[in-house]
Amino acid sequence: MSHQHVVYMDNNATTQVAPEVVAAMLPYFGELYGNPSSMHAFGGQVAAKVDQARQQVADLLGASPEEIVFTACGTESDNTAIMSALASQPDKRHIVTTRVEHPAVLNTCEGLASQGYEVTFLKVDRQGNLDLEALAEAVREDTALVSIMWANNETGVIFPVEDIAEICAAKGVLFHTDAVQAVGKLPINLGASAISMLAMSGHKLHAPKGIGILYIKKGTPFVPFVKGGHQEHGRRAGTENVPYIIGLGAACELAGRHLEEENTRVKGLRDRLEQGLLAVEATMVNGDPDRRLPNTSSVSFEYVEGESILLHMSDLGICASSGSACTSGSLEPSHVLRAMGVPFTAAHGSIRFSLSIYNTDQDVDHVLEHMPDIIAKLRIMSPFWQRYQKEECVTPGYVVP
Amino acid sequence: MWEYTDKVKEYFTEPRNVGEVEDPDGVGEVGSLACGDALKLTFKLDDQGKIEDARFQTFGCASAIASSSALTEMVKGMTLEEAEKVTNKDIAEFLGGLPKEKMHCSVMGEEALQAAIRNYKGLEPLPMEEGEVICQCFGVTDKEIQKVATTNDLHTVEEITNYTKAGGGCGECHEQIQAILDELWENAPRPVEVKPAPEKKPLTNIQKMKLIEETLEREVRPALKADGGDIELIDIDGNRVLVSLRGRCSSCAASEATLGQFVQTKLREFVTDDLTVEEVKP
Repeated sequence: MSHQHVVYMDNNATTQVAPEVVAAMLPYFGELYGNPSSMHAFGGQVAAKVDQARQQVADLLGASPEEIVFTACGTESDNTAIMSALASQPDKRHIVTTRVEHPAVLNTCEGLASQGYEVTFLKVDRQGNLDLEALAEAVREDTALVSIMWANNETGVIFPVEDIAEICAAKGVLFHTDAVQAVGKLPINLGASAISMLAMSGHKLHAPKGIGILYIKKGTPFVPFVKGGHQEHGRRAGTENVPYIIGLGAACELAGRHLEEENTRVKGLRDRLEQGLLAVEATMVNGDPDRRLPNTSSVSFEYVEGESILLHMSDLGICASSGSACTSGSLEPSHVLRAMGVPFTAAHGSIRFSLSIYNTDQDVDHVLEHMPDIIAKLRIMSPFWQRYQKEECVTPGYVVP
Repeated sequence: MWEYTDKVKEYFTEPRNVGEVEDPDGVGEVGSLACGDALKLTFKLDDQGKIEDARFQTFGCASAIASSSALTEMVKGMTLEEAEKVTNKDIAEFLGGLPKEKMHCSVMGEEALQAAIRNYKGLEPLPMEEGEVICQCFGVTDKEIQKVATTNDLHTVEEITNYTKAGGGCGECHEQIQAILDELWENAPRPVEVKPAPEKKPLTNIQKMKLIEETLEREVRPALKADGGDIELIDIDGNRVLVSLRGRCSSCAASEATLGQFVQTKLREFVTDDLTVEEVKP
């Protein structure tokens, strides 16, 4: 398969490291190996580069550099935000989040719930949107943190986190957002928002895996999660992962330059792909079409199963993801689609296409050329498709989430 | 990505025997859309009583499709007696093995085959469905868990989940599954060899008729009368037993089920196991 042209449309899983980013990183694996904490100039020159990277990240987010803490990944940032909010406000034992969060937040909150914390998991509607009134009602005096993702990794649905942050601020409650999928795809200006904390991950925007940041708004109470040395102003111990920090800085600068292209050309590719796929019978798009990331499309091909679709796609060099049970390693389909009440006929056959600036018109043509045949081939052998064709009722119908 | 054998990939990419047999002798349907996989198996017998053709329709992942297709290849040419002995292990072995998390796909194949054979014999789809549902998420009964554990020598909840999906949803049944396993392996540390039943001598027609009458009188009628009904033997045509239901039974919507499930089971138990019962409307 290595000789085959790869059409990579799985950028919400991970992205290609930009060649510019690799180039920026390389010296720090070689001659520039100093420790930024050292007193000598050899280490000091590295510290200056780390500061520069911090500025590049801050610029993309509309933040101040001292509000940026480098971490190992988005998951660490999410864990840090949640645990810090609890540790800094020991009297408050209630958390508000949603049913569609990434496992980094969802599983952490479920774990806290089993340890005696109270967690409110907010519902979403059929389109994947939150009810802001229900959210406001859920926030209480003893709420330590509201943690809600900026954009959903599976459907791309965007939550109005800036409005939510205002609701929380008015009640004096900390607000954290997992913005792993949003950074680099949406304009973000944290300086003008009431968001207390924000998590991002490098490998979703063309930096390598193993680097993330936590934004901590000035004045936010904070207790470190990783304890030890004084690095990151005592907020995250451990010697700085210098090459990756440099890489993330370079990636953020690139992302700022590509933001417009993401929202014009890449969005155009996504829309053309989606329209083409919807021409296949019994196919639907999951998530509010008007409030979505520009690069993401979750398409359900009813009555066929996602893993089977992905393997046929893979044989043609097309990379995507599925919310089906068989691909998740669990036995149930995506918690996001289930929370939205997507019927089982569609949840099991959901395919997530997530594009990037490296995708081309030819990529979309390639996918559109082959997808109808893949779906047709699998439907021929699906007992439910046969029944659907005979117009017998096979679906349990749309479920109110 | 799952580590599939070349044979699994081959049977997934180029599946054999897709579709439905026309005018099938046996139909077995297992699984559901909610569970994420389902299999409809149809077969036809030749005049020797061997499976002449078997076809499948499967909704599911690559290993579900490969297991289904493999099953149809395996059973062709078998007598029903031989086919009844095919287990999920045989299907997995035929494919050169399955990832352990995917063993439930082979179990689905075995269950569809059992259901199709039982359908041919006029029995209820699967005996394990009569058990107590342990896993609410995937509708798995204690009987199914016991059977799969015995066939495959399974001792942990995780293994049961891999083979039946039971416990793979909310996880609330884990303790119950463990209890079933504890009981199973304490009482019977190793799978016990089942002794083949002594072969019955062929009956003459007179003997058969007499035995049918006796069985209806002794085993069936008292039970029906308890429910306010009755049964009358109309005719015996080869292996077809024609009966008529009287009283409350005749107007009962469940009468077809009563016949198939109850009368036929009794007649097969006490007379011969190739009888089919048909109702004649008065």
